[in-house]
Amino acid sequence: MKSLIIAVFFLTFSVNAWETDTYVFNDEVTEIRYKTLVKELRCPKCQNQNLADSNSPIATDLRREVFQLLERGKSDGEIINFMVQRYGEFVLYRPQVSSLTYVLWFGPALLLFIGVIVVVQILRKKPIKKEAVILSEEQKSKLAQILKDK
Amino acid sequence: MNKIIRFIPLILFIALGIILYRGLALNPQNLPSALVGKKMPEFVLTQLLKPKVMLTENDLVGDIKLLNVWGTWCVYCKYEHPYLVDIAQSGRVALYGLNYKDDRADAAQWLKDYKDPYLLSIFDPLGKLGIELGVTAAPETFVIDSKGFIRMKHVGPIDGKVWQEKFLPLIETLEKELKGTTS
Repeated sequence: MKSLIIAVFFLTFSVNAWETDTYVFNDEVTEIRYKTLVKELRCPKCQNQNLADSNSPIATDLRREVFQLLERGKSDGEIINFMVQRYGEFVLYRPQVSSLTYVLWFGPALLLFIGVIVVVQILRKKPIKKEAVILSEEQKSKLAQILKDK
Repeated sequence: MNKIIRFIPLILFIALGIILYRGLALNPQNLPSALVGKKMPEFVLTQLLKPKVMLTENDLVGDIKLLNVWGTWCVYCKYEHPYLVDIAQSGRVALYGLNYKDDRADAAQWLKDYKDPYLLSIFDPLGKLGIELGVTAAPETFVIDSKGFIRMKHVGPIDGKVWQEKFLPLIETLEKELKGTTS
């Protein structure tokens, strides 16, 4: 039992040493492009991680694929298309503008526009005329008295 | 009129609430496959049990083909295995395996220990064909029609329920299509 507890303790606190990719790039520009691409592309298995941050096997494979495609001289657009053709639009953190994503792209602007219209409408509304208050003689002298005291 | 306008925000709020609430019930892992309706990608890989035999997409023959992505490291592959054996025995479809990111010896042993339901298994240690197929993890199963087009992709294990609800209707459609073309 004791050894089990110890084992659990060590398992809980063990640091996972992940295999890190060690790609050697021909030039700095390619390296920057690689880093941008793996940040832009989403890991298809792990929902909310990009390829750069994910340790899942598929992310490792796809990073290698991106590297190899860069080596073969593919453009960024071609690499992104390659991924979309296989894994769908899901892999894009910035989805392409299409009839499916109009709401996503233009929804916020539309809402802002509606908001501006509402505010303008409210501001332009003329203040309601207040009914003239008629003061009696007694009230008038009282008012004068108060103002004088000030 | 003014009274109706006052209720618009509440109505919008309720509508949004309903949409978001329904969103909670959706499984975010269920992604539409980008490959449905496309041709089976080209590949050149060895056969799992015969390392010297090279396979290409033309080696997958049969009117209705199932390509099952599996690996010995995959827990759910073992779960679905008996169902695959049943499916293979039914003879209704041609069942092929794609041994995905696995060790050849381990995989061969696995097939020996259990039962080999596949007509043949493609050996893909680096997951190259996996990427071409948009595979994210095993098990996944593709349904390929007689012309080599992918008609469905199922992510996750196959069991009796999945087979009944997801596969059989499509297989029946495909069988009807076949009858239509032959008669």
